[in-house]
Amino acid sequence: MLERGEVANSWRRERWDSLRLLTPNWQSRLPGYEYQGSDPDGYMSLTDVTEFIDGFAAASGAPVRTGANVTSLRRAGDAYRVTTSLGEIRSRAVVIATGACNQPAVPRFAAEVPASVDQVTAWDYRDPGKLPDGGVLVVGASASGVQLAAELAKSGRPVTLAVGEHVRMPRTYRGRDILWWMDFSGVWDQRHDEIDDLDRARRLPSPQLVGTPERATLDLNALTAMGVELVGRWAAVRDGRALFSGGLRNVFALADLKLERLLDGFDEWHQTSGCDLEVGPPERFAPTRVPQAARLQLDLRGGEIRSVVWATGYRPDYQWLDVPVVDAKGQLQHEGGVVASPGLYALGLPVLRRRKSTFIYGIEDDARAVTDHLAGYLTADR
Amino acid sequence: MTTVTNGVNVQALLDAREVLKGAPEAAQFTWRASATWRSGVHSSIKVQSFFGLGEEQNHNDEWSFEADHPEVFGAQDGGITPIEYLLVGLASCLTAGVASVAENRGIQLRSVESTVEGAHDIRGILGADSDVRNGYNDIKVTFKIDADASRQEIEALVAQSQKRSAVFDALTNPTDVTVEVAE
Repeated sequence: MLERGEVANSWRRERWDSLRLLTPNWQSRLPGYEYQGSDPDGYMSLTDVTEFIDGFAAASGAPVRTGANVTSLRRAGDAYRVTTSLGEIRSRAVVIATGACNQPAVPRFAAEVPASVDQVTAWDYRDPGKLPDGGVLVVGASASGVQLAAELAKSGRPVTLAVGEHVRMPRTYRGRDILWWMDFSGVWDQRHDEIDDLDRARRLPSPQLVGTPERATLDLNALTAMGVELVGRWAAVRDGRALFSGGLRNVFALADLKLERLLDGFDEWHQTSGCDLEVGPPERFAPTRVPQAARLQLDLRGGEIRSVVWATGYRPDYQWLDVPVVDAKGQLQHEGGVVASPGLYALGLPVLRRRKSTFIYGIEDDARAVTDHLAGYLTADR
Repeated sequence: MTTVTNGVNVQALLDAREVLKGAPEAAQFTWRASATWRSGVHSSIKVQSFFGLGEEQNHNDEWSFEADHPEVFGAQDGGITPIEYLLVGLASCLTAGVASVAENRGIQLRSVESTVEGAHDIRGILGADSDVRNGYNDIKVTFKIDADASRQEIEALVAQSQKRSAVFDALTNPTDVTVEVAE
C-alpha cells in the first residue's frame, strides 16, 4: 500500500480545523473494526477520524509504505511499473485508491477576481482567523459551502453565499438521523447499474449537512436566519464585478422538490417495510425562503468583499497515471471499479458501485467486489 | 409506464444526447436572424438558415417578423417591441420544456397555458435616470397546467424545464455579445 504522506493524510493535511464527519459515529464501520466510543449518534472530529483510520491500519496489519509518492504508473509488458519517491515497483495488478478530491476545482473566472480580494478554497481554508476582517463571498452551497458560510458568519463577518444547484436535507427526520434513513431505506445501497443518470449521480454535490452535538439542520433557511445573504450562482466577472444568476428561485425549487420526493420515499419504505423501529410522525419542511430582491451583481473592487472562499468542489489528480484510462473531463474510466486496462482497479470514487461508495461504511462491499475480480484476474492470468 | 401522446419525440432527443456526448463538434449550432430597417423604429427580421450537426441547415420556410414600437412610444405599432420578443422566446422555450419533460416522465398533458410579465422601467432606455437598467427589472411566468399528475409532479416538470431552458439561461445568466460594423 503506497501512501504519499502518512496514514489518513487528507484528514491530517487537507481539511479545515473545525470539520466533523457528516455521518454519525455508529456508521463508521470498516471490516472487523467499529466505533467503540460512548457517543454513537455524535460526529467525529478530524482528530477522531485520523485516530480511527490509524487504528484500523494497525488492526488490519495492512502493509502501508508511507512517504511513497507515486510519480508514474505505466504498463510494462503484461504488468505495471510504478515509479515512486522510494523506488520502482513492478506489479501485476494495481488498485487506484487516491480518491476524487486531490485538488480544488475552481471556475476559470477566479483569475479575474481583483488582486485586492484574498482567495482560498475549501481545500486550503483552515479557520476564520486566517481570513481578513470584512465581507466574505462563499461560493457553492454544498456541505462545505454551508458549513464555511455558517462558521464565517459566526465569526462576525458579513457573509454572502452564491448558490447553484444543491442537495437539501434536514439533519434528523422523524427523530432519527437523516443518514439512518439513507442507510436503512436502501437509498445508499442503490447500485451503479440501476441508476438512470449515473453521470449526474456521481457529480452530485455533498448534501447540506453538518455534524454538531445539537444535530442542527444547516440548510439555506438556517443560513438566512444567521444573516447570510444568498445570491444566485456566480456566473462571471465583468469589469471587476461579480455577476450572479437570476435563476436562484428555481434552484431552491429543485432542491425543495427533491427533498420532498426523498422524504416521501422514506415514509413509503417505513410503511411497507414492516420496520418496527420507533420513529416520530412524518414531517415536511418550510420551502426555502427567496430573498426579496437577490442581488445580481456585486462590485469586487469596492471593498465590500475582502475574501472569496471557493467551495466549488474537487477534482482528482491523475497526472501520474500514464495509462490511457482517463476521459476528456479528467475522470477515470471504470465499470464498477474495474478500470479499462487489465489488472487495473479503482476504489473510493463517487458511486463507484453504490451510492454509499464514498462513505466509510460503504468501502467494504466495494473492496470485496473489486478484490474478488482482481483475484480472478491473477488466477486466470497464469 | 402508460404511453403518453404529448407529441414529443423523446427517443430522438435521448438518442441525440448519447451520440453528441462523444461528438461535441457536431453539437455546435449557430442560430441566425437577418434584420432590415424599414423606417422609424420599424424593422423586418427574417430567419431561415442555421448551422448544426456539422453543416448548413434550413427551416422549411423563411419566417418573417416585424418589430416596431407602439403609438404611446410615438411609433407606428407595425410589430411587437424587441423586448416583447424575449417574452415570446421565454414562454415558448419553457412550454417546450414542460412538454418534453412530461413525455419523458410518462405524464399526459391536457393543456399548458402560460402568461409572462416583464417589469420594465423605461427611464433606462430613455436615458432619464442612469441608475435604471435598460432591460427588465424582473420577469414572472405563471403556468396553468392540466395533466394526469399530482401538483408536486407538475411543479417538478416546470422546475426541470427551467433547468434545461436555453432562453431561461440566456436571460438569467450573462452572455457574451459582440456588435460590430462590417468593413
